[in-house]
Amino acid sequence: MEHAPNLLPPEKVPAPRTDFAVGVLALQGSFWEHEVMLRKIGVAVREVRRAEDLEGLSGLIIPGGESTTIGKLAVEFGLLEPLREFGKSHAIWGTCAGAIFLSKDARRRQPLLGLMNITVERNAFGRQIASFEVDIPVPALKAVAPDDDRPFHAIFIRAPLIETVTPPAEVLATLEDGRIVAAQQGRLLATAFHPELTDDTRFHRYFLHLAGWKNK
Amino acid sequence: MEAKTGSYELKVGLAQMLKGGVIMDVVTPEQAKIAEDAGAVAVMALERVPADIRKEGGVARMSDPELILKIMDAVSIPVMAKVRIGHFVEAQILEAIGVDYIDESEVLTPADEEHHIDKHQFKVPFVCGARNLGEALRRIAEGAAMIRTKGEAGTGDVVEAVRHARAVLGEIRRLQTMADEELYTYAKEIGAPLDLVRQVKELGRLPVVNFAAGGIATPADAALMMQLGMDGIFVGSGIFKSENPPKRAAAIVKAVTHYNDPAILAEVSKGLGEPMHGVQAAALPEEARLAGRGW
Repeated sequence: MEHAPNLLPPEKVPAPRTDFAVGVLALQGSFWEHEVMLRKIGVAVREVRRAEDLEGLSGLIIPGGESTTIGKLAVEFGLLEPLREFGKSHAIWGTCAGAIFLSKDARRRQPLLGLMNITVERNAFGRQIASFEVDIPVPALKAVAPDDDRPFHAIFIRAPLIETVTPPAEVLATLEDGRIVAAQQGRLLATAFHPELTDDTRFHRYFLHLAGWKNK
Repeated sequence: MEAKTGSYELKVGLAQMLKGGVIMDVVTPEQAKIAEDAGAVAVMALERVPADIRKEGGVARMSDPELILKIMDAVSIPVMAKVRIGHFVEAQILEAIGVDYIDESEVLTPADEEHHIDKHQFKVPFVCGARNLGEALRRIAEGAAMIRTKGEAGTGDVVEAVRHARAVLGEIRRLQTMADEELYTYAKEIGAPLDLVRQVKELGRLPVVNFAAGGIATPADAALMMQLGMDGIFVGSGIFKSENPPKRAAAIVKAVTHYNDPAILAEVSKGLGEPMHGVQAAALPEEARLAGRGW
């Protein structure tokens, strides 16, 4: 009866010894949960709070949280340009607030990385009582789990919607009614939901695959 | 593909998204904007901050829904609001207007001196205060999806928040050294359900997010609570009862992110103006202490 998946101090999961490491932006939000997922898979993780923490990383996850808080702290600590630079040559995955931060337009004045050709609408489903969980098909996950036909259990918490996706960005997943909830642009990935709140590692492995992780 | 709402996972999940952040008490839409601009992850909407409730006395109740709605309109971050302990109708009203989190709070005058709200009956998540592990687990058993220390609200004195954080976290550390057969008696002693005691032993932490609250007034106070092992911070009277609220609010937000970096803590602590004056928690007479409310 685990109430909150991956709500653990990450150091409780043994750290793997590899040269390959990815970062998790640790300004605010669900960064522990992502770290626990990555460590369970067997990948070394580093918390990123300053620009110099990006050095030597193969990819970065921007977690869920409050996008206004994460954006403000990124500006205050001079992370905006280093993150944009990092994203030109590395994989970055944003979940929920992270997806908003990756977008080029959130229809509201707040700091954004603008790395992906997507526009988002914040809190598109309403307030917390409208937060929901639903199984959705994500065909792209076949790349890392060819024999796994299960849908993905997507958890939406005061979630944004991806309103428009323009090339080179592509749609990765939608709800039954066609509304877009995941997109990819090269090695950049955006999900409106929270795979870090599940025990299903497929999305994390998909991101690691984009980051160049070979050790399956 | 049936969508599910109101699950316990979704309730705990929102608190997981608030981790590493600061939740600020606000009494007007203007203050809510200041809090959001400073980087707050959520605001607590209320008519009077705890320092004024303390000063003015009388019965403290749920705030006017009209004020809460105005604050909800003013900001894009989650909005929380308080109900009296045991007052499930105030909670029904807050759920009806769509607040994102309800604080069943000892800062308001209790409506029931034996029972807390059965929080499982609601779709909206609840946060509750606790002074020790037994109290925290009783609240979780009733359906609380987030826990905070009680501290001593409205004092600006961090000592009670430290006491409650050390109590909860110390009891969790001791629990982990216990043999399985010792858990039955331990659960009885602390008045907590056995399954939750087992779960805490296994996880080495509370199964929900655990914030500090009650008396936090400076960036150093906030970082102290984070270094003790809390997941985030509530600041009540500490911001808008200080000389320069926007600057202090932004400084506390930065201190919570960089709680382990004394150089940054020093930088953000500079030139904030006067903190709230406060009262020493130890000097309060028994009847003026709020933390004893809750059962």
